[in-house]
Amino acid sequence: MDTVSPIERFLRGTAITLVCLFFMFPIIWIFLMSFQSNETILRVPPSVVFSPTLENYTALITGKLETQAGSLDIDFMGNLFNSLFLSTASVLLGLVLGVPAAYAFARLKFRGSEDIAFTLLSFRFAPPLLVLLPLTIYFQQLGLANTYGGLIWVYQLIVLPLILWIVRGYFEDIPADIEYAYRIAGHDFWSTFWRIALPLAGPGIAAAGLLSFIFAWNNFVFALVLASADKQPVTVGALAFVTASGIQYGQVAAGIVLSIAPTFALAVYAQRYLVEGLSLGAVKG
Amino acid sequence: MSIELSNIRKAFKANTVLADVSLSIAKGETLVLFGPSGAGKTVLLRLIAGVIEPDAGQIRVNGRDMAGVEPEDRGIGMAFQNFALFPHMDAFANIAAPLTARRQSKSVMKETVEKVARLLKIDHVLHHKPKELSNGQKQRTALARALSAAPSILLLDDPLRNVDAKLRFEMRLELPRLLKDQNATVIYVTQDYKEAMALGHRIAVMTAHGIQQVGTPEEIYLTPANTDIARLFGDPVINLLDVRPEWQGGQVVAMVSDRPVRLLDQYTSQIGRDCILGLRPESLHFVAEGSPGAIPVEIETETPLNEKTVTLALTLRGREIMISRPAGTPGPASGQAHIALNAASAVLFDRATGQRIAPVRHSMNEAVA
Repeated sequence: MDTVSPIERFLRGTAITLVCLFFMFPIIWIFLMSFQSNETILRVPPSVVFSPTLENYTALITGKLETQAGSLDIDFMGNLFNSLFLSTASVLLGLVLGVPAAYAFARLKFRGSEDIAFTLLSFRFAPPLLVLLPLTIYFQQLGLANTYGGLIWVYQLIVLPLILWIVRGYFEDIPADIEYAYRIAGHDFWSTFWRIALPLAGPGIAAAGLLSFIFAWNNFVFALVLASADKQPVTVGALAFVTASGIQYGQVAAGIVLSIAPTFALAVYAQRYLVEGLSLGAVKG
Repeated sequence: MSIELSNIRKAFKANTVLADVSLSIAKGETLVLFGPSGAGKTVLLRLIAGVIEPDAGQIRVNGRDMAGVEPEDRGIGMAFQNFALFPHMDAFANIAAPLTARRQSKSVMKETVEKVARLLKIDHVLHHKPKELSNGQKQRTALARALSAAPSILLLDDPLRNVDAKLRFEMRLELPRLLKDQNATVIYVTQDYKEAMALGHRIAVMTAHGIQQVGTPEEIYLTPANTDIARLFGDPVINLLDVRPEWQGGQVVAMVSDRPVRLLDQYTSQIGRDCILGLRPESLHFVAEGSPGAIPVEIETETPLNEKTVTLALTLRGREIMISRPAGTPGPASGQAHIALNAASAVLFDRATGQRIAPVRHSMNEAVA
């Protein structure tokens, strides 16, 4: 690296600190809020000095929300389960459908392949409400409204294009010679896909799975329209904290902490997949 | 197994790589595909391996049309120039890949892999992943993988390209024996003429315009089809001098350094034609002044190489000419000298087309008239 002048180093340090503060502050603030009662959160001026309380978390876990207006039942844990189940199932289905499709788009140049791939991507251009209105009617007629199956199906709109396009790039990055070598060695198309293409695109598949999981987890509008209380994920369930006696900031914060925990853990775990190189030095540049 | 390629054409988009290529390789033969990069050698190998399909033409193996036969069903072993090892498998699994496809028992597989690995001196790194192998070891692993199932057709795509000079030299010595033991039909791609000469029963010289000449290494070296091929083979490179054969004293001669150099009588019909005379540096030798056919030259520099000494000289007309002689044999290092050549070793090319003019045997009277 070049020598850096003290001024430049100072400016860089300041810039990095500002950026970190900007991105990290809300998360830290939410984390602190989740251990406070509504009164301490709303006091003016705000302070970081408070006596921590776990009552927000207990309220979420027991499902009993105590407000001035009385006791309220909320099913936050059910929402959390719904989120987990919907996101996981959607990603799994998306991988089962998307990975072979991505391989086809990467390796088999068939007529119209680019057009089909682009059409799938274009689902992400349209505002979700555009699809939702007709879907609501169809879903009610088909009996898919307010079912996990229906939601998982609709979630493919979010998950599938993402998986398809990310994984396709990883497949294209595998030198074709490696697959050719396996074919010539006497293995058929499918075992080449299983034994060579899939393991080598592993980091990409993990990355796509992770990203689409986060997107599915954070989805709001599909579930809001197509699911009722017992199938709602946390994003929609959080609306329950807006109560007659005001917004329960403490519980909202605790809910947010609980709901980002799985995606956060997943990101930390999958990081090494994302960083690990693809080709591993088998083919000389 | 024999391989027969007829009228193969292959284009990628608008870029025609192979236009009407035909070639046949006999059972058990080692054919070297030699030529500069971009000539389509690798594409040809891939067509034979079946990983790409020709646009037109036919590939027959042992008389059987290969159209539509999947690569895994062709029974071919192939080593890639970039090695193409499976990065997530260790060397053992890489070499065993052709055996797992043939569903051999674990013990037989282990035995075969270890035998091939010993032969190629990589038995000590069998449990290393490709990224832990040196370039030479990668190359040997790739070769071992191609050999392990003892295929009857072996396609080697410039396997020595990406290894260092020392290893290349060693492998050039080892490979002919290795290939002979395999008893396979081999197509070997290279850009190195020494490799081509050392390994091939026959050499097919390929350029962007297709296959230029097919012949034994001797044929290619001694009777190159054109000046391009003549230049590609040989180090130091062949001397090419513009000449116009003439008739002098009942002989066909070409003037070099203002002296008549006798050519074969079979070149009689070329008298008066603009030609290029090809003289291999090692076919020239120094002679004493006044000996028959002596050509005066002025020595410019002498370069001693390990096994030979190369002398650069100028003719009286100022044309450069190189003379090569075995190291240790006496020769002038500077000043005036005389050289002579063997008429039979001189090759004549047409100056306009660069094509070799074959010596024709016919009666002299007819030609002169």
